[in-house]
Amino acid sequence: MRFRAPKNSFKAEKKANKALSHIAVNNIDRPDPQKTQKKRLVKDLAARRFMFGLTLLPGFLVFLILFGLLWKARAILAVKPLGRLLLSTTWKPSQGEFGMLPFLAGTLAVTVVAMVIAAPISLLAAVYLAEYAPRRMRNAVRPLIDLLAGLPSVVYGVWGVLMVVPLVERASRLFGTSSSGYSILAGGIVLAIMVFPTIIHVSLEVFSSVSRDLRDAALSLGATRWEVAKKVVLRKSSQGIVAAVVLGLSRAFGETMAVLMVVGNIPRVPKSLFDPGYPLPALLANNYGEMMSVPLYDSALMLAALVLLVVVLAFNVAARLFLSRVERRAT
Amino acid sequence: MRTPSGIRTNGNGRLSLLGRQSPSWWRRRKAQEVIFKALMIFSLLLVVGCLALIVATIVWKGLPALKLSMIFQTPRGGYYLGKEGGILNAILGSLYLAGGATLLALLLSLPIVLYLNIYAGRNSRTAEFIRFSFDVLWGVPSIVYGAFGFLLMAFIGLRTSLLAGMITVAMLELPIMSRAMDEVVRLVSRDLTDAAYSLGATRFETAVKVVVRQTLPGILTAVLIAFGRGIGDAASVLFTAGFTDRVPTSLLQPAATLPLAIFFQLGTPFPEVRERAYASAAVLTILILAISLISRAAVRRYSRHTIR
Repeated sequence: MRFRAPKNSFKAEKKANKALSHIAVNNIDRPDPQKTQKKRLVKDLAARRFMFGLTLLPGFLVFLILFGLLWKARAILAVKPLGRLLLSTTWKPSQGEFGMLPFLAGTLAVTVVAMVIAAPISLLAAVYLAEYAPRRMRNAVRPLIDLLAGLPSVVYGVWGVLMVVPLVERASRLFGTSSSGYSILAGGIVLAIMVFPTIIHVSLEVFSSVSRDLRDAALSLGATRWEVAKKVVLRKSSQGIVAAVVLGLSRAFGETMAVLMVVGNIPRVPKSLFDPGYPLPALLANNYGEMMSVPLYDSALMLAALVLLVVVLAFNVAARLFLSRVERRAT
Repeated sequence: MRTPSGIRTNGNGRLSLLGRQSPSWWRRRKAQEVIFKALMIFSLLLVVGCLALIVATIVWKGLPALKLSMIFQTPRGGYYLGKEGGILNAILGSLYLAGGATLLALLLSLPIVLYLNIYAGRNSRTAEFIRFSFDVLWGVPSIVYGAFGFLLMAFIGLRTSLLAGMITVAMLELPIMSRAMDEVVRLVSRDLTDAAYSLGATRFETAVKVVVRQTLPGILTAVLIAFGRGIGDAASVLFTAGFTDRVPTSLLQPAATLPLAIFFQLGTPFPEVRERAYASAAVLTILILAISLISRAAVRRYSRHTIR
């Protein structure tokens, strides 16, 4: 009995040391502090090198994607000038005609419709959330908007087929034209809902960078809340608002599945809102299967992807530069 | 008379802020306030209403068509013509694919985020540049990731398979996960890391044993957000994962995914198959809602252990 007590306490101490081993440095499990210290430093250095290597990856990935697509698109660019490819309207891959104008026009039309609908609505909603809504309401609405952003695009597409397309068909009859409902307008409406969260999110962030003092000063001069919003907050964050809208725009530009399902996919330049269109991403998604069987087809599709990427990148980089300027001014 | 800023002067040319304005001026301002407030409330209701409408429509249309056999069976012959079977292949395929991709993305983004915030310094030039490139990557459309994944596949000699899909979706998830993680790791207080350093901990030990522990709820949220995005994305796996009626048993076999199953079922001319598309969409929506709820619950549960 007498001998067990110290043994037990030794065990307990060892156990305690093990439990604390992530904090304690000098414990009995580590007999040679110098050796362990060296080991720990080597580990630290190795981790540092490894992590640094990984960190370079995202920076390179953008260029890697650009370069890869360009490398693949080279084949068709060698045969035909870029200008002819982008501005010709005949798309007949089997005859070697790869005019992309109908697809560019389709993408552009859908995006413009989406932005005309989405920009004012989401900006107004964001102003309300930032300037009027009590904190509790803001905290309740934010997760809902995140949820809207998290819904898969296929779900938007199914919903578009179920609700928006029939609605547009009925509307087209009201306007005296006949349309199947699968149209630029349907695509634009679905897209608009998909970019609400992006614009609201970014502009909320921008509004919160406008200082409280400015608002208080305006209010103390007798301005109404709307006047504060219009003449102080919106004016002060105009650059950020442009960035928010541009980010939404680039999101809309590249969206594939939801639009593909409701826009009709007929390769003609659309003339009215009720005409079907054929956006660039839909072209890619619909033809991946047969692109290997026709010469130059795969190259043409990769060129389409490259065009898409370049446009989106340009929008994105511009918007982010704007935003970082807004951020810097705020701090 | 109006000064440029909109403040009126009275007849004598003296500034008057609130006094002696014509009643119509007051009325106009009041009306503007009321009108715009109404417009704003309407817009917000529209945005939230759209969410409710989408979820309600999908569930209302989908649930009646949903049978248990759909969830627990793989498609039999002629499923897409309206015969018996289910979409188990797509559900499992999506879970495998998104699971693998999320793991890959986590293995990449956790070290990157830790490096940015601990080794490079949270406001250093490297950190700024990498954040910027994440933002840019975040904006790249998923169809472009799909096309690039396809090129990459051809480059390393991979066929359409679960593995190729995982790699592509991991690229798509990387910026989403890293940005979400960076937001929380950035907020770890200086005092906490300083305390660890003062006890003699190396930066690596501080990163793994202090910072990761402290931000565990945030990291979990980031992982779940990325997982949800991975399950829902269709355009990127279209090129790379292929489609099959069987449940994949190895990384090199093609895999079906839920979004593509919905897309293909909706594309058939048979009404009963289209009904199944609605049902599958309901399954996908419920899955996404569940993930979102789980992440919220998990954050509440695990944030007990963080030091404030």
